[in-house]
Amino acid sequence: MIPVKVEEKLFQNRYRVDAGRPHINIIDPGTCQVECKTQECTICCPAGCYTAEGNGQVTLITDGCLECGTCRIICTTYRNVDWEYPRGGYGILFKFG
Amino acid sequence: MDEKFDAIVVGAGPSGNAAAYTLAKAGLKVLQIERGEYPGSKNVQGAILYSKALEEIIPDFRDDAPLERHVIEQQMWVLDDASYVGSTYRSAEFNQEPFNRYTIVRAQFDKWFSKRVQDAGALLVCETTVTNLIMDRDRVIGVQTDREGGSVYADVVILADGVNSLLAKKAGFHAELEPKDVALAVKEIHFLPEETIQSRFNIGEGEGVVIEMAGKITQGMMGTGFLYTNKDSLTIGVGCMLSDFKQQKITPYMLLEQMKAHPAIKPLIDGGEMKEYTAHLIPEGGYKAMPQLYGDGWMIVGDSGMFVNAVHREGSNLAMTTGRYAAETIIDLKEKKLPMTARNLALYQGRLEDSFVMKVLKKYKNMPEIFHKNNQFFTTYPELVNRAAHTMLTVDGVDKKTKEREIRKSFKQRRSLFGLMGDAFKMWRAFE
Repeated sequence: MIPVKVEEKLFQNRYRVDAGRPHINIIDPGTCQVECKTQECTICCPAGCYTAEGNGQVTLITDGCLECGTCRIICTTYRNVDWEYPRGGYGILFKFG
Repeated sequence: MDEKFDAIVVGAGPSGNAAAYTLAKAGLKVLQIERGEYPGSKNVQGAILYSKALEEIIPDFRDDAPLERHVIEQQMWVLDDASYVGSTYRSAEFNQEPFNRYTIVRAQFDKWFSKRVQDAGALLVCETTVTNLIMDRDRVIGVQTDREGGSVYADVVILADGVNSLLAKKAGFHAELEPKDVALAVKEIHFLPEETIQSRFNIGEGEGVVIEMAGKITQGMMGTGFLYTNKDSLTIGVGCMLSDFKQQKITPYMLLEQMKAHPAIKPLIDGGEMKEYTAHLIPEGGYKAMPQLYGDGWMIVGDSGMFVNAVHREGSNLAMTTGRYAAETIIDLKEKKLPMTARNLALYQGRLEDSFVMKVLKKYKNMPEIFHKNNQFFTTYPELVNRAAHTMLTVDGVDKKTKEREIRKSFKQRRSLFGLMGDAFKMWRAFE
């Protein structure tokens, strides 16, 4: 396997971060920690926004979000992702798309 | 803003722009709302532009649209770990104007398209997210935005809000997407001097190559990779069904990185400067996964309506065509002074049924299911085909007849005679 740092990829992108107002939230963190054994969001998010912590918790930082919708759709069992678009003008701003 | 419009279009991608342009051109009062800083800033595509769909809306688009290269060569690769078997179609006919397809860079292209929409008379508001549809019982009468006092009203709202289509979901017009109905694609754009691209791909100025790839690069998932030549950049990406990503627990950017390291791909992108990394969902559920497309005061166009032909990698052309049909339906009703009821807007469905759009989606309606259940098409066969080519092309003193026998045996060992026949039948069923 080739080591890849997603941060290095995201660094090339342009964002206007809506500080303190994440557009995606985990509805019930306890569900991720206790119920969810698979935590696919921590593997399949193409921007690596979700991190599996050692204690079973999942943390979410939306700053690098590409607004694709993967996490929302992939969370089929618990529907534990509250997903909105960022406020107008905020979030990813594709230079090329 | 208590102003009332004839139509509100949510989104400024290909479907929204096609709809807004067609409506404005016919003299209707149109408001278009885009959440990005500028049209294109939230939009992602490979991207190939098929001329026909745009030509029918803006016949002279070639005069000033930002087009990268016209495609003269299409390659199809089937990859194993260290090799590929490929086919190439290149034709001088593709070098004759008017060109049939182009590579484009969406941020630039969408900006251009939007300029045309505004010139036609539509009012565009950017940096504004539509948060909800405003309903009067079952009828959509306007939209709520995240601007202060941001409610606006119209006779009809066209939802061109893209694959996630949150608005239609919130309103209950369609259910949440399922992982099996969407592909997740990731891609990068790499910049290289124009001359380097031309010599590397054996093309002249303005000419382009498209490479589609299947096989080991998707690591057993149903999907494909692609490499497109732009003017002074290359787009490289890979997309697979989200259900496969979920099941096999594969990280998309790792998949892309592995693909870029393939010995046949690496030299093609060598030395390029990566300037953007993007991800996007593609609605590939096909005909069987399509939602209701219209109702009282609303219509759905483009990706939000699952208008993608995954087999032929067509999406933006269907988006533009459905946007145009939706607009034409509204124009017809306006002329006849008929209200925008579900009953009247059903004409949109009729237009779609009569056109290539629904015909092509119906034709491939079994395809997603067949490929979902038979991943040997993405794993076993690419490997076998590559091994067969290797066996035949290696000169090692073994006669060709024996080699042929070995190849036949390898196919039968891996899939059994019954399996091979079944696969042939499934392929026929998928494409019939």
